Amino acid sequence: MDKALGDKIPEFNRQVVADEPGIAQLSSFGLGGSRTHLETAIIALVAVVIIGGAEVLLRVLNVPQYIMPKPSQILIALYTEWPFIWPHLLITLYELFVGFAIGGAIGFVMAAVITQFPFVEKIVTPYILLLVTTPMLALVPLLILRFGFGSEPRIIAVALASGPMVMINSATGFRRVDLAKIALARSFGANTFQIFTKIRIPMAMPMIIVGLMVGSIFGLLTTIGAEMVGGAEGLGNRLTYYSALIRMPQFFAIILILAIIGISIYVFFYWFGKRWAGWEA
Amino acid sequence: MANGAAGSQPKMVVEGATKFYATQSGSVHALDNVSLEVRESEFLCILGPSGCGKTTLLWSMAGLHDLTSGRIRLGKDVITKPHPEIAVIFQDANLLPWRNLLKNIALPFELKRRRPDTQRIDHLLERVNLKGFEHKFPRELSGGMQQRASIVRSLAVDPSVLLMDEPFGALDAFTRDEMNILIQEIWMETGKTIAFVTHSIAEAIFLADRVIVMSARPGRISAVYDVDIPRPRSVEIQTKPDFIARILDIKSSIDRGRVRAPGLEVA
Repeated sequence: MDKALGDKIPEFNRQVVADEPGIAQLSSFGLGGSRTHLETAIIALVAVVIIGGAEVLLRVLNVPQYIMPKPSQILIALYTEWPFIWPHLLITLYELFVGFAIGGAIGFVMAAVITQFPFVEKIVTPYILLLVTTPMLALVPLLILRFGFGSEPRIIAVALASGPMVMINSATGFRRVDLAKIALARSFGANTFQIFTKIRIPMAMPMIIVGLMVGSIFGLLTTIGAEMVGGAEGLGNRLTYYSALIRMPQFFAIILILAIIGISIYVFFYWFGKRWAGWEA
Repeated sequence: MANGAAGSQPKMVVEGATKFYATQSGSVHALDNVSLEVRESEFLCILGPSGCGKTTLLWSMAGLHDLTSGRIRLGKDVITKPHPEIAVIFQDANLLPWRNLLKNIALPFELKRRRPDTQRIDHLLERVNLKGFEHKFPRELSGGMQQRASIVRSLAVDPSVLLMDEPFGALDAFTRDEMNILIQEIWMETGKTIAFVTHSIAEAIFLADRVIVMSARPGRISAVYDVDIPRPRSVEIQTKPDFIARILDIKSSIDRGRVRAPGLEVA
């Protein structure tokens, strides 16, 4: 007999047991629904007005470059400095990707396993919360002492920052048990593993995706922060480098790149959520 | 082809089924020494008010639940886990919202690691008028269509016993009539053995060869009625004096049971 069904009174409320935020909430900080061409045009227009306005204002007021560079100077700096910037970009992306992959995988597996054992879950959750709420950046100096100035301490910090995020959200997803759906699979002879892959994972998917999205954004923060703390590579390091030399156009060019990375991560998971958890939206 | 006269061979036998649920507020006595037979190719309705343990009984017959005592047999097999000859049709259709209709129907095949019987599925979809909706998702279908899809899902693996748990309870009255006609036709065409749980007296009489009436707290069988109305039965028979007399007869027996029942709660 199924342990999950064993001694529970059958009930068929359409709602799942835990009413946690799902993909529906994801769209509340989502892209804001579909847009018409007019709306897209207006968004582009606003961007032009802001960037153009800044350009004009900075020229008219004659603001010095070291206080606030003009948008045109930032773009030119991005173009001319690009050969020196992109190796750092690759390093940052590498650290983010590897750290997130490690942390995300561990977080996902832990969530899947731990939610099967309510007692273990109750014991472990406070510690995971501790990991979520403590900035992992604080550990970077310690990690550098142990692992040196290479990529390793940063990868570890990224894994520590993103893993618990992925875990805590995935666990919320895995806790959404719909007894009727499990009973359905059981009635057709499903084993525990099949129930996990065919029922539990798809049901948890919306929250898993939220976890991956938040976790990867946390990972990006931690990557940049860790690079600013120590070492001589990565976009975070470039930020401290350019600001120390008061090369503000280059500094802002890096910030522009970081913004693009962040938005790309977000859009990727938004698309991913639509594809794999669109049924809930 | 089965007709109204069901075979008298017992297909499924429930012997002294008793079930206690352990809840936080103590143990709940859901089933008390329930014994019944479902005959070969019979349409059996299990009728009772909410909380009378009829769903518990059905889940036990499906092998989804342990009994505290007693046992359930299908032929020679004692039911301790889901049996391949038994399919369950659940309340609210119970389709998986992340799968389209065809993938939902393929689920039992996937779980049994078998190739879906596309010919049979096609035929069934045509039979229940769902042709052309194969790639729709559950949320795009009406309640009646969803439940028809779930019937196809269960019939696709060709079980000999169908256990139906208030399958049409959430549907509006018109759709419900349609579904009752459909399930009667399918039953007459296929000769499946059906145990059908409902809390509607009219539905039970309309569908059943035999109606088993259960009373609540603890759930036990309070009466058994034979329904010898000839088949196929049309929706109109529900307005005939004979049909209404049968409803009143069952209703008064349930009401009598309620007055006698100790610890009656006002819910």
